[in-house]
Amino acid sequence: MSKKVITSLILILITITLLIIAQNNLDSFSLRILNLCGIYVIFAVSMNLINGFTGQLALGHAGFIAVGAYSYSLLVMDPQLKEMNFFLKPLIAPLNTVHWPFLPALILAGLMAALAGFLVGAPALRLRGDYLAIATLGFGEIIRIIFTNTQSITNGSLGLKGIPAPDKFLFFSMKNSLMWWVWIAAIITVIFHFLLIDSSYGRAFKAIREDEKAAQAMGIALFKHKVMAMVISSFFAGIGGALLASLIGTIDPLMFRFLLTFNILLIVVVGGMGSISGSIISAISITILMEVLRALDQGFMGLPALPGLRMVVFALLLMSVVLFYPKGLMGNEELSWNKLMNLLKKPLLLKEVKK
Amino acid sequence: MSLLEVKDVTMQFGGLTAVTNFNLHINNDEIVGLIGPNGAGKTTCFNVITGEYIPSKGSVFFEKKDITKARSDQVTKLGIARTFQNIRLFKDLTVLENVLIANHLNVKSNLFTAIFKLPKYQKEERQMYEKSLDLLKELKLERFKNEKSSSLPYGLQRRLEIARALATQPKLLLLDEPAAGMNPQESIELMKLINEIKEKFNLTIFMIEHHMPVIMGVCKRILVLDHGLTIAEGTPKEIQTNPKVIEAYLGVETIA
Amino acid sequence: MTLELFLQHMVNGISLGSLYALIAIGYTMVYGILRLINFAHGDLIMIAAYIAFYSVAIFSIPWYLSFIIAVLFTMALGIMIERSAYKPLRSSPRITVLISAIGVSFLLQNLGIVIFGGRPKPFQVPELFSKVYEIAGVNIVSITFFIPIITIVLLLGLIYLINKTKVGMAMRAVAKDYDTSSLMGIDVNKIISTTFGVGSGLAAVGGVMWSMKFPQLIPFMGVIPGLKCFIAAVVGGIGNITGAVIGGFLLGLGEILLVAFLPELSGYRDAFAFILLILILLLKPTGIMGEKIAEKV
Ligand SMILES: Nc1ncnc2c1ncn2[C@@H]1O[C@H](COP(=O)(O)OP(=O)(O)OP(=O)(O)O)[C@@H](O)[C@H]1O
Ligand SMILES: [Mg+2]
Repeated sequence: MSKKVITSLILILITITLLIIAQNNLDSFSLRILNLCGIYVIFAVSMNLINGFTGQLALGHAGFIAVGAYSYSLLVMDPQLKEMNFFLKPLIAPLNTVHWPFLPALILAGLMAALAGFLVGAPALRLRGDYLAIATLGFGEIIRIIFTNTQSITNGSLGLKGIPAPDKFLFFSMKNSLMWWVWIAAIITVIFHFLLIDSSYGRAFKAIREDEKAAQAMGIALFKHKVMAMVISSFFAGIGGALLASLIGTIDPLMFRFLLTFNILLIVVVGGMGSISGSIISAISITILMEVLRALDQGFMGLPALPGLRMVVFALLLMSVVLFYPKGLMGNEELSWNKLMNLLKKPLLLKEVKK
Repeated sequence: MSLLEVKDVTMQFGGLTAVTNFNLHINNDEIVGLIGPNGAGKTTCFNVITGEYIPSKGSVFFEKKDITKARSDQVTKLGIARTFQNIRLFKDLTVLENVLIANHLNVKSNLFTAIFKLPKYQKEERQMYEKSLDLLKELKLERFKNEKSSSLPYGLQRRLEIARALATQPKLLLLDEPAAGMNPQESIELMKLINEIKEKFNLTIFMIEHHMPVIMGVCKRILVLDHGLTIAEGTPKEIQTNPKVIEAYLGVETIA
Repeated sequence: MTLELFLQHMVNGISLGSLYALIAIGYTMVYGILRLINFAHGDLIMIAAYIAFYSVAIFSIPWYLSFIIAVLFTMALGIMIERSAYKPLRSSPRITVLISAIGVSFLLQNLGIVIFGGRPKPFQVPELFSKVYEIAGVNIVSITFFIPIITIVLLLGLIYLINKTKVGMAMRAVAKDYDTSSLMGIDVNKIISTTFGVGSGLAAVGGVMWSMKFPQLIPFMGVIPGLKCFIAAVVGGIGNITGAVIGGFLLGLGEILLVAFLPELSGYRDAFAFILLILILLLKPTGIMGEKIAEKV
């Protein structure tokens, strides 16, 4: 077994231990933030695949998340609940009677989002740079507008309420099954992306990011690989969306505005475009920060409530990173023991040199 | 046997005609040179052959197959590899990664076999590494395998571009000014290298070069372009004494 | 549909179209020079609207003065944005600049919420612009006429500026070849600032007219017009002023006629622009008036 595998296993074990501790000690507010962290890890890592590793500025993530969230919710809600939700216009058959268990619904949600990713990517990825950005942003908005207008499928702007969370983790009844689902999904997402990036396909993605023309001259079919990256990225966005729906319990089209994509982009840029570990660290810190800074909007320590101040802080954060640390926390490198050690050694070495 | 056949190619950009009625025939095992003053249309010819541009008129055949409208990745898969005049390495990636990427076109494992590192892919990956390392050894770049490619000195970057092109396993290799920016010593090494890889990999070579000693030392046959027109074709000797060629170069640079 | 009704829709479409065109020109000018989608352009619409609103509501100065103040302030803001958020990134990858632009846009919107509050505010439309005329059985608010007229006047001014003045020629030179122009001794920074100033000024005029047409102010009011006008610019061929005008009209007319003829699709009104954008990008990526440029290799 290689060193990499052992390190990974250790890291996973540590994470699981931390989760067990969290499960027994955190209050429901903190647990909710913990779950949100896991979901944002999924969002950020998957967005990083297309934006950071493949170098395609795609801004449709919120749309794919929406597809995942809605697919999941429509599958897991029981028929009675659906009838209560759809009081303006009934839900169309056969959706009104389906009632799936958690895991198949989660996976189908991912697949539906992947399908959306393909449908968006196939035309949009023929474009490049700014054009791609604006077209994917457009597609994301179109998805949201469709969801607002298809009353008999999505319940339109009323949204869906009472989306159930899983009561079991696999076959085990856990105190907090959703937390386990979220974090196991996050771990799988991370491992999957590490393996992908480490493969020949991952190298091809990076080649496209570095120099599209040269990559093509090396025989890499650009379009095929870009679509691949997009489909994988949207699959995981869909999984994250499903988990988000089950965490929050209520969804409506307004949740999936461009703002959501912006938040994830912020996380990816701060963590470093092209660094999975950067995305993870950044997703966890920024999600916590976002929840903590909610206080800013509500007023604290004698300050008056100033709605919007939180997002001002985040916009400034994004801009300062872009202006002063364009590589983000990690650049396109991954965290590794060697680097951590080097980081610790460096100050010592410098001292020696000065002597 | 005929390998590459370019027929009556004209390439226009808006109002500008970069290449006019270009014809070329390359047989297996040849080394052919293409020279001409700056802006003559040489690189444009390469771009037409490699599918970067679709010519306004005319056609390109490789091994009797019409590749006029093929995309450049398809052309590479068929067996034409190239280097770029203005080096285009994958700058942020290591030397080894640069070469590994050029192996990707021959990977047979699908995405999932590759991600989950199933035995079939592991075998392929191992072969890819071995081949890439061999190539780096061949081109004396092995020492730098874990360096960022952009950190290499200029001459070595050019050599890495050649290594990368070779990794795609081409039959025909197109070199766009491989000696640009090299000192005479390096140029001599480069000439040797070109001859060596030609033998070792059974290549046919078509190269653009400004550096006369290099082109005269390597090529048996040379074409001269000026303002997009082919003004001469022949052996190095014939070219050197051709009055039209001398005139085209006069005032631009002298044939040394 | 009666003829009167159809005419009414046409008038509305032309009016909306010229509003889009005006804002789209700003996008196209900035893109032409910096190859940057200035995401914050739409939010300048919002800023201008609020300034006009506050200077009337708080300082009770006459409306025409408040409009001028709004335009001048927005121009200065546009120049400031370029200086602080885009200029330091001139040599960075395009993706970085684009992200910075998205950042500015979010900053302005949320500063808007902090400073102006999130609740909608009613815009006081001066009487001159809110009179209702009845022409041939059709009821039309006077602003509907003013918008195309003001747009045409500004457009003529802009055409004069670009083709007949020194600054305009320098702008064209920078748009065509950035490096060469700076070698030729053109003060590129000054020209870029001027372009941002002019573009932002047009956005401000657009913003004030927008709030007279749809007299309700919220901090996010610039997002949708911003996106749509960018789309108009792309559809027309980005970097090309005639293209922006064509794109603006196409979008404005298309949107109004879609709602008029297919009222059951009115919920998709905002999607129309995006669908048009995607169609154009796929069929003619350089837009209606754009020229095809092959990337040099
Ligand atoms: N994509 C393009 N768009 C517009 N013009 C182009 C393009 N590619 C090449 N040209 C023009 O075609 C002409 C020939 O260019 P080309 O690069 O083929 O010359 P070259 O012979 O390779 O010159 P050099 O020795 O400088 O490399 C030049 O005038 C160039 O500006
Ligand atoms: Mg050339």
